[in-house]
Amino acid sequence: MTTTVTSHRTQPPAQPASLRAKRLPWYAAPAIAVAALALSAALVYGTDIGGPVLVVALGAVLYLVGLFAAATAVEGRRSARNRTWSALIHSAFVLAVLPLVSVVWTLVSKGTERLDGNFFQTSMNNIGARDANGGAYHAIVGTLEQVGIAALITVPLGILCAIYIVEYGRGKFAFAIRFFVDVMTGIPSIVSGLFVLAFWVLVVSPWFNDGRPSFSGFAAALALSVLMLPTIVRSTEEMLRLVPAPLREGAYALGVPKWKTILRVVVPTALPGIVTGVMLAIARAAGETAPVLLVAGGGAAINANPFENNQSSLSLFVYQQAGDASKYAPARAWTAALTLVALVLILTIAAKLLARRNRLSR
Amino acid sequence: MGETPHRSADAGTGGTRVTQSHERPAGASARMAEAPVSTRSPGGTGLGGGGALPRSRKFGAERAFRGLTLAAGTTVLVIIAAIAIFLIAKAVPALRANTENFWSYEGWFPNDPQPKFGIGALAFGTVLSSALALLMAVPVALGIALYLSHYAPRRLGTALGFLVDLLAAVPSVVFGLWGRDIFSSPVRDFSVWLNHHFGWIPLFGGEGPFGASVMLGALVLAIMVLPIITSLSREVFLQTPTANEEAALALGATRWEMLRTAVLPYGRPGIIAATMLGLGRALGETIALALTLGITFGISFNLIQNGGNTIAANIANAFGEANETGRGALIASGLVLFAITLIVNITARAIIYRRREFTESAA
Repeated sequence: MTTTVTSHRTQPPAQPASLRAKRLPWYAAPAIAVAALALSAALVYGTDIGGPVLVVALGAVLYLVGLFAAATAVEGRRSARNRTWSALIHSAFVLAVLPLVSVVWTLVSKGTERLDGNFFQTSMNNIGARDANGGAYHAIVGTLEQVGIAALITVPLGILCAIYIVEYGRGKFAFAIRFFVDVMTGIPSIVSGLFVLAFWVLVVSPWFNDGRPSFSGFAAALALSVLMLPTIVRSTEEMLRLVPAPLREGAYALGVPKWKTILRVVVPTALPGIVTGVMLAIARAAGETAPVLLVAGGGAAINANPFENNQSSLSLFVYQQAGDASKYAPARAWTAALTLVALVLILTIAAKLLARRNRLSR
Repeated sequence: MGETPHRSADAGTGGTRVTQSHERPAGASARMAEAPVSTRSPGGTGLGGGGALPRSRKFGAERAFRGLTLAAGTTVLVIIAAIAIFLIAKAVPALRANTENFWSYEGWFPNDPQPKFGIGALAFGTVLSSALALLMAVPVALGIALYLSHYAPRRLGTALGFLVDLLAAVPSVVFGLWGRDIFSSPVRDFSVWLNHHFGWIPLFGGEGPFGASVMLGALVLAIMVLPIITSLSREVFLQTPTANEEAALALGATRWEMLRTAVLPYGRPGIIAATMLGLGRALGETIALALTLGITFGISFNLIQNGGNTIAANIANAFGEANETGRGALIASGLVLFAITLIVNITARAIIYRRREFTESAA
């Protein structure tokens, strides 16, 4: 805590100890807390308007009021305000931690229920409402293929686009591209799903499929690409801008052409940062449900061919099992959710650790 | 990185060309006086003895690479344009077939022989749930961000910040599942309590059933966007120049006064940008709301009765049994959602671009 030295309250110089402003004793805050809780319990149970949750909530409000009053009386207004805001900020932290811890706890406790070999080796083919087993093998295959294809499309495209923006682009056209990449970052995932539905599934895919529109894993990969591209462009762009100019100038001075400078000097220097951005984009795409729901169709059987017939994905599997009436479905949904979160978090943590080793980081 | 041998080998190939071209004028300086024009490369600039530079080729690797990157950059514009074109092309026939007013009709029956559907209630639900979610999430998120950046011990703050970043990556379907299976029962109890004691306020009125309500959806949304807003604004707060903070403290400011006078004004554009990006996420959120809202079609401010719907949740729910016109109707609603998020995003970008130094950190 910073001590406030109030100079306007002049004290006799004979007493150096009182140069410090008066402060609440250390036991004041806990004492006020206990009093506030007791008062709120008396109020709540006396009038019979609620349970223990209300006691805590009302107690917190009373604590803030009491703390402010006591601090104003002893320490002055400014210090009282400081204490109250500090208490508010700490309580905001506690308030937010509760649901997030609950999410993580539920995920682990319910997710481990079906975490067995069968879950990872079987699909939902021929699994009826009364069957306890069934697994997510088909969904895992789908997620890996769709995200892999999306990465194959977007990584070269995104890096080249970022190189254009940073190294070649000048004037209004480059600014427009930069701006629309930013705008594209905010496209809702369901809209990208609708776009691929309108473009690929309903218009293009009938050409390959005897005139009938067909869902496929490749369509899902296209929808995920629309979501991944702006993320990759943005992060690559930032990393390329961090490459020191003397590196480029040194290459130019040696007579190396610009394209070779970019490919052999600039991009390798920025590579760890670029890989981090790519991994974060992949992690985000792997968790998307809405576009896959619209264009992949989602099937119960294993389909390793992303270009034909319906395919499922882990997130879609979670959604489908959540809507299933079978009493065994929730356990499958939670285990799939745990698998999905594990996949996403491993990617994210690896990306963050890589970013920490990156010497270019700000 | 281990690319050093590569790079030096390359410098060698580039170098021979340079030395070759330098050799010529150096060894033939007498001849240069005879025919100075001929040594100049035709396309070269001739500045500062640049006649020795290798001539730039018209269709070399440089041009090819440049064209390649330009094509990649143009793809972005093409995709944005294609999204607009294809959505409009598929939406227009359905809108033509609609027998009711698209903006004001409260209902969604596009699969009937006489298609009837309206976006009004859905757009209202989208905006209402997102606004409620942000109203709850932003103050808490700013509190956590301030706690992590200025109150918590440095090591704890870094570790928790890392955790918040991880939570921001958790897929929304997980939050939706949690909201439906776990969070709905405390919210139902709370709704019943609110209805019992505050039922005279129209927001909390109604006869029930309670639970799968706008409030549950908005709370789940709030919990979902909380890590996103927190991690962005924490980064902005950490970037406050230490000199500003120390100056405020040296002038006798308390910690809160320091935050108010030095940190918050400095971070304001970043906070606004983080909020707008959170709003964009909330507006477009599909699965979490499809799992938690009780689907109805009507404009109502009642927060606790079963009901509520959003554009995105409706697309996810109604897609399964949609026919040709039904799909077109859903695409039309997606177009409206696209327009709403586009406006929000462009506003956010405009705010960020006004303060360029936040472009890197807050976006």
